Amino acid sequence: MAELLDLPEVLIIQPPPPFTSFESDFTQKFNILRAWESSLPLDQFLTTHAQSVQALLCHVFTPVNGDLLRLLPALKLVVSVSTGANHVDKAECRRRGIAVTNAGNAYSEDVADMAVGLFIDVNRIISAADWYVRRGLWSSKGDYPLGSKISGKRVGIVGLGNIGYEVAKRLEGFGCKISYNSRSERPSLSYPFYSNVCELAANSDALIICCALTDQTRHMINKEVLSALGKDGVVVNIGRGAIIDEKELVKCLVNGEIRGAGLDVFENEPHIPKELVAMDNVVLSPHKAVLTLESFKRGSEVMIANLEAFFSNKPLVTPVMD
Amino acid sequence: MADDDHSELPTVLVLRRCPFIALLEPKCSQKFNLLKAWDSPLPQDRFLTTHARSVQALLSSGNGPPITAQILQLLPSLKLVVTNSTGLDHVDLAECRRRGIAVANAAKVFAEDVADTAVGLFIDVMRKISASNRYVRGGLWACRGDYPLGSKIGGKKVGIVGLGSIGLEVAKRLEAFGCSVSYNSRSEKPSLSYQFYSNVCELAADSDALIICCGLTEETHHMINKEVLSALGREGVIVNVGRGAIIDEKEMVECLVRGEIGGAGLDVFENEPNVPKELFSLDNVVLSPHQAIVTHEAFVDLGELVTGNLEAFFSNKPLLSLAVIN
Repeated sequence: MAELLDLPEVLIIQPPPPFTSFESDFTQKFNILRAWESSLPLDQFLTTHAQSVQALLCHVFTPVNGDLLRLLPALKLVVSVSTGANHVDKAECRRRGIAVTNAGNAYSEDVADMAVGLFIDVNRIISAADWYVRRGLWSSKGDYPLGSKISGKRVGIVGLGNIGYEVAKRLEGFGCKISYNSRSERPSLSYPFYSNVCELAANSDALIICCALTDQTRHMINKEVLSALGKDGVVVNIGRGAIIDEKELVKCLVNGEIRGAGLDVFENEPHIPKELVAMDNVVLSPHKAVLTLESFKRGSEVMIANLEAFFSNKPLVTPVMD
Repeated sequence: MADDDHSELPTVLVLRRCPFIALLEPKCSQKFNLLKAWDSPLPQDRFLTTHARSVQALLSSGNGPPITAQILQLLPSLKLVVTNSTGLDHVDLAECRRRGIAVANAAKVFAEDVADTAVGLFIDVMRKISASNRYVRGGLWACRGDYPLGSKIGGKKVGIVGLGSIGLEVAKRLEAFGCSVSYNSRSEKPSLSYQFYSNVCELAADSDALIICCGLTEETHHMINKEVLSALGREGVIVNVGRGAIIDEKEMVECLVRGEIGGAGLDVFENEPNVPKELFSLDNVVLSPHQAIVTHEAFVDLGELVTGNLEAFFSNKPLLSLAVIN
C-alpha cells in the first residue's frame, strides 16, 4: 500500500491500446487512476479522485478540451498515445500551462510500411487478384489484367515529416523518383520540393499523403489537385481521411479520372463510401497502419519516457510544438 | 524483290505461335527473317531437318514448347537461344552447354517487377493488407471493430533463397525497410555483405521469413520441404515468386492449415492455374495468379530486350542478357 502511494499518479480515462498491451510496464512505475473502471459518471469521478492529478495519459477518443480540463485543476501534463494529438485542444492547454506530448516517431516505420504496401498493392493489383483467385476465377476465366510497373514512378509525398521521410527512403529502393510538398522545405534532402501541392500532383504519378490534419491541410487534396494528378494517377492516404475531399475522390474514381487509391483513413470511420466497395482499383484498410505489437511497445516506451521525465523534472522527450 | 530483301535478313527460328511472338512480330520482321515452324504443314521434326539446318538463333517462349535435346540435335548450326522468360527450366541447359549454344533470358527486364511483387506479397502477409481489405468490404469494420494486429517488418531476418538478379533486387528493397538479409544460393557471393548459408534448412532456422527467388532445377525441386518449413517455424512467413515446384506444396498447405508456419505469399503453384482449395479460407495467405512479371511496361521492355539480344548476336556484339549456366 505504501509502495503504491509512493508511485506518481497518472490518470487514464479510456486506456489506449498500447497501455492495455503493456500494462505492467506502466504499473511498475506509476499509480494508475482508472476512471474507466469506476461506476461513477466521469465528472463525479474526477471531482472525487483526480483533484491532485498532474498527469493524464489519453486515448485518441478522449477529447482533451476546456470541459475536461476544468475538472483537473492540478493537471500539468497530457500524454497522448497518438502522433497527431488532434484530440487535444492545444491552445487551451497552453493557456493553462499544461504541456502536451505525443508519440514522436514511435509509429513512423510501421505507418511507412503500410503506405508502401498499399502503394504496391494498388499498382500491382495484389488484393484484387487475391480475391480473383479465391473465387476460383484464375482456373475458369484465365489470367488477371496487367498491373503497372513501380520502378520509375514519380512519387509525390505530401508532408515530409518522420513518416514521409521513411516512405521516401523505402520507395527509392524500388527505383521511384521522389518529390515532396511540405510546410517548409528540407534543404538537407535532395528530393525536389514543390511549395504548391497542385504542382506536385501535376508532376507526379502518385501522391502519398503523410501529413497531419490541421486547418491548412483539411480537404487540401481537392478536385483541382486530383485533376492535376490525372487519369494515370494513384493516391495513397495514411494521414487522416479529412485531408482529402472524400466525396470528390470517390467521384474521380467512379469516373476514371484517377487510376486508383490505397486508403487507410476515411472522413467518417468506420464508414466508407459504398461506391468504393465494388472497385478493384481501390484498396481499403481499416485505419490499421499503427496496429502492430511492436508499434504498441514503442508507443508505450515513449509515453513512459515522457511521464518519467515529467516526474523527475527533466525535459520532456516528445513535446508537441506548435 | 521483297523476297530477296527478306532473305538478306538473319533468320530466327520460332517453333510455336503465342501472344508474345505476335506482339514482337511487327518490329522483329523488319530486322529478322522469322522462320515459323507452326506455319508449315510438315511435322516439326521434318520441318527442322528440311528448313532449319543453317539456323543460328532460336526464339523461345517460357510457355513452351520445351527446347529439348531432341530439338537441339536437329539444329546443328544453332548458337543462340533467346527466351522471353527469366526461368530456364524449359531449356535443356546441359545440352546447350555441350553444343556451345548461348542462352539469353529476360532476367533484366523482369527482375524489378518480380522483386516488387515479392516485397508486395511479403508486406501484405505481414501487415494483413488483402485480408483487412476483404474485412472492410464485407462491412465488418463498422460492426466488429478494429482488425487484428499485424507484424512489424523492420528488424525481421529475411532469408533469400537464390540470390540472382531477382534476389538481389529483393534484398535491396528490404534493406530500406530495416530488414536484415541473409541468403542461400548455388554459390557464395563474396562481394556482398549479406550472410551466406550453404544449407537452406539452416537459413530457415535463422530467419523470420523466406523469399524464394531461385530457378526451378533438379536440385531445387521440392527443396522447401517439411524439414525446411519446420525450421522456419510457427511465426515464419514464406513468399514464392520462383516456381511452384520449388516448394513441396502439399506439405506447405498442411503446415498452413495446422498453423505450423505463420503465413505465405504465393505467386506460383505446382499446378497452375489450380490452387489448393484449403488456402482459400486462410487469412494469413495471399494468392497471386502468376503475375509477378505482368505489367504493361515489362512487355515493352521485354520486346526491346529480345530484339536487342538478337541484334547483338548477329552483329557479333556481347549479348545484353546472357544467362550464366553452371
